[in-house]
Amino acid sequence: MNLLEVKHLKKYFATQKAVDDVSFSIEQGTVFGLLGPNGAGKTTLLRMITGIFYPDEGEIIFDGKKFDPLKDILRIGYMPEERGLYKKMKIGEQAVYLARLKGLSKSDAIEKIKEWFIKFEMQTWWNKKVEDLSKGMGQKLQFVTTVLHEPRLIILDEPFSGLDPVNSNLIKEEIFNLAKKGCTVIFSTHRMEQVEEICDKIILVNKGAKILDGGVNAIKQQFKENLFTIGFEHLPISTGHFSFEVVGTRNNSLIVKINEGYKPNDILQYFLEQNADIVSFHEILPSLNDIFIKLVEGTPLARQFQPVTA
Amino acid sequence: MNKIWLVLQREYLTRVRKKSFLITTLLVPVIIVGFYAAIIGISISGSSEMQEVAIIDEANLFNGRIETKENDQIIYTFIHNETEPLYKTKYKGKGYSSFLYIPQMDVLHPAGIILHSPSAISLNTKSKIERKINKAIETKRLEEARIDPEKYKAISSDISIDNTVDSAKGGSKKSVAGVAFAVSFAAGILIYMILLIYGTMVMRGVMEEKMNRIAEVIVSSVKPFQLMMGKIIGIGGVGLTQFAIWIILMAILQLIVPLIFPSMFGHLQDQAIGSTTIPSTGSTSVLVTITEGIRALNILKIVLCFIFYFIGGYLMYASLFAAVGSVVSEDQQEAQQLVFPIMMPIILGFVIMTKAASDPDSNLAVFGSLFPLTSPIVMMGRITYDVPWWQLTLSMFLLILSFLLFTWLTAKIYRTGILMYGKKVTWREMTKWAFRKS
Repeated sequence: MNLLEVKHLKKYFATQKAVDDVSFSIEQGTVFGLLGPNGAGKTTLLRMITGIFYPDEGEIIFDGKKFDPLKDILRIGYMPEERGLYKKMKIGEQAVYLARLKGLSKSDAIEKIKEWFIKFEMQTWWNKKVEDLSKGMGQKLQFVTTVLHEPRLIILDEPFSGLDPVNSNLIKEEIFNLAKKGCTVIFSTHRMEQVEEICDKIILVNKGAKILDGGVNAIKQQFKENLFTIGFEHLPISTGHFSFEVVGTRNNSLIVKINEGYKPNDILQYFLEQNADIVSFHEILPSLNDIFIKLVEGTPLARQFQPVTA
Repeated sequence: MNKIWLVLQREYLTRVRKKSFLITTLLVPVIIVGFYAAIIGISISGSSEMQEVAIIDEANLFNGRIETKENDQIIYTFIHNETEPLYKTKYKGKGYSSFLYIPQMDVLHPAGIILHSPSAISLNTKSKIERKINKAIETKRLEEARIDPEKYKAISSDISIDNTVDSAKGGSKKSVAGVAFAVSFAAGILIYMILLIYGTMVMRGVMEEKMNRIAEVIVSSVKPFQLMMGKIIGIGGVGLTQFAIWIILMAILQLIVPLIFPSMFGHLQDQAIGSTTIPSTGSTSVLVTITEGIRALNILKIVLCFIFYFIGGYLMYASLFAAVGSVVSEDQQEAQQLVFPIMMPIILGFVIMTKAASDPDSNLAVFGSLFPLTSPIVMMGRITYDVPWWQLTLSMFLLILSFLLFTWLTAKIYRTGILMYGKKVTWREMTKWAFRKS
C-alpha cells in the first residue's frame, strides 16, 4: 500500500519553475531517497509534502486520502536542512515544546523523550541549554524531536551532515528500526554512498523535473555498462578478441567491456583456452554516484533564473 | 488555537524567567525614583550654599538697604568708596562670591548693570538678583511718577482663573489644566514607549527564530500565522506583566521615599514657593490643587482607554514589526533600514501628542487621534480633556479595523519571509507578498 502519492506536482516561483510536474509514490515501510543536485527543487518538493507550501497544481494523497495539512501535519516528522533550535532554551523543555506542538500531551511527551534520551545516552542533557551543545549533539537532539511523536512519515533532509561516523551509524540504525516498525522515511540528500546503503527506492530530480525513478538495484542494472574485472595469476600476453575490449589494467587484473551480442562466458572461455589462471571475475555495476554525475553532468551547475511563461 | 496557546506560553515564560527581565523590571523603578531623588537632592544642595554679593550702587537704587528673606540664601553687602574697574579685581579676595555693579543711570532707561563672578552664576541666583533690581527700579519709577506704592499695590492685579467644564449631562466639574496636561502627556509617552520597546522585542524574537533556522522546524508543526500570533500575544503578556510590576513597585516606592527622607520633601515645597514670583498662597494649597485636579479627572475612563490603546496599538504595530523581522536575513543594519518606515508614524504620533496635550481640540490633534497609526499615542494625549464620544468610538473602531487588516497582510509577508534566506528584501517586494492571493 502506498503511504504517499504525489501526482503532477507543480510549484512555480516568480523567477523559476521550482518543481515542474513531478509524480511518484512511496510504499509504506520503505526508505525512499530523494536525490538531486543543489537547487534541483528538493526542498520545495518537501515543503509541499509537509504542508508549508501549497502546490500550484497537482495532488498529494496521504494514507489514501487527499493531503490535509492541518490534520496530517501531526503524522509527519520533518527535519529540514535549514534546521535549528532555540539556543537559550533548556534541552528538555525544548523537546517537550516541540512534541506538544505535534499534538502530544505534556506527560506523554516527557515519557517519550526520556526513552529516547536513554537510547541515545543523552540523559544528562535535560537541563543544559542548546547553546552548550556541539553541532553533532544538536543534530542528535534534532533527530529525536523529529521522530518523537511516532509519525507515519518521516522526512529527513541531509540528516547526517555534521555527524561523526559513530553517531551517523546510530541514526542509520534508528532509521532502519523505524522503517521496520512501519514508518515510511523520505531521505533527501546528495551523498550517494548513504543512499545506496539505506534506500529501497529513489527518484532523482534535476531542474525541478524528475529524471529517474526506481529501485536502487534496478537502476544500477539499467545503467550498467557491461564492465567486468578479471583477476589473473599473471597477466595474459594476448588480449585481442572480438568479444570484448580492454578498458584498463590494474595490477594483475583487466577491466573489460563486453561487446554487444556476447556473454561473460564467451570471454572466460577465451581466456581458459589460453590457459590463463583466472583468480576472480566480477561485474562492475555503476555506483549511484556515477549515475548521478552522468545524468546531471552537462547541465549547468547552478540553475539559471529564467522568467516563467506558463 | 491550542497551538497559539502553546507558542504564547513559550514566548511568555522564556522571557519572564530570564534574569535580564527580573533585573530590568526591578531596576527601572529604582532608577526612576533614584533620578527623582537625585534631582531633588541637587536642587536642594545647589541652593543651600550662601551667596555673598558685593554691590557698588552708584545709582543709589537700593538706598543702601536690601531686604532679604532667610530662604533667599543671598547676602548683599554695599561697598562704598570703590570704583568698578578697581574693585572687580578685589572682590574675590574679600570673600565675596560675586560683585554687582550698578552705574549711574536714568531709572526709565536702565542700562549697564553688570554682575561680576569668577565662574558662571547659577540661573536661580541670577533671577533672584534680577528680581531685587526690578523691584527697586519699580519703586524708583513709582516715586518719580508720584504714585503711592500702597495705592499701586491695591491697583495691580494678579489672579488665576478656574476653568469649569460643563458636560452635556448638565453637571459641571472643575478642570485643572496643569494636572490634565501632565496626565495626558505621561500617558502618551507611556504608549509611545510601549510601542517602541515591545514592538522591537517582537521583531528581535522573529529575527532570532529565523537566524537560528528554527522557523522551518516550527512551521512544519504550526501554521506561520499561529506562530506569529503566539509570539505577539506572548510578548504583549510580558509587557503587561512588566507594567503591572512597575506600577506596584512605583506605588510602594512613592510611599516609602517620603517617609525615609521627609526633610527632602519639606525643602522641595519651600523651594517651590520661594521661586514663584506670584505671591504664594501657602504650601498646602499646591497639594490641594493637585489632589483636586486628580479628583476632577475621570480616572476609570483614563485607565480603560489606556489599556485599550496599549493593547490595540501594540497588536497593530507588533504585527508590522514581526513582518519586518521575518524578512531580515542576518543583518542588523538591514533591520534598521526596514524598520524606519514603521518608526516614522510612531514618532509622528509622539510629536502630534505633545501638541494635542496642550491643545486637545485642534484639527491636527483630532486627526491624529482618529488616524489608526497615530491614534494610540495621540488619543492618550487628549484623554484627560473631554473627547467627544463619537471621536473616541470612531478612533477605537478604526484601530481595531486596522489591527485586523495589518495582521492579515503582515501574516502573508511573515509566511514568505520567514523561510527566505540570503536575499535582501525591499519594501516593494513585501507589499507584493502582502497583497498576493494566498
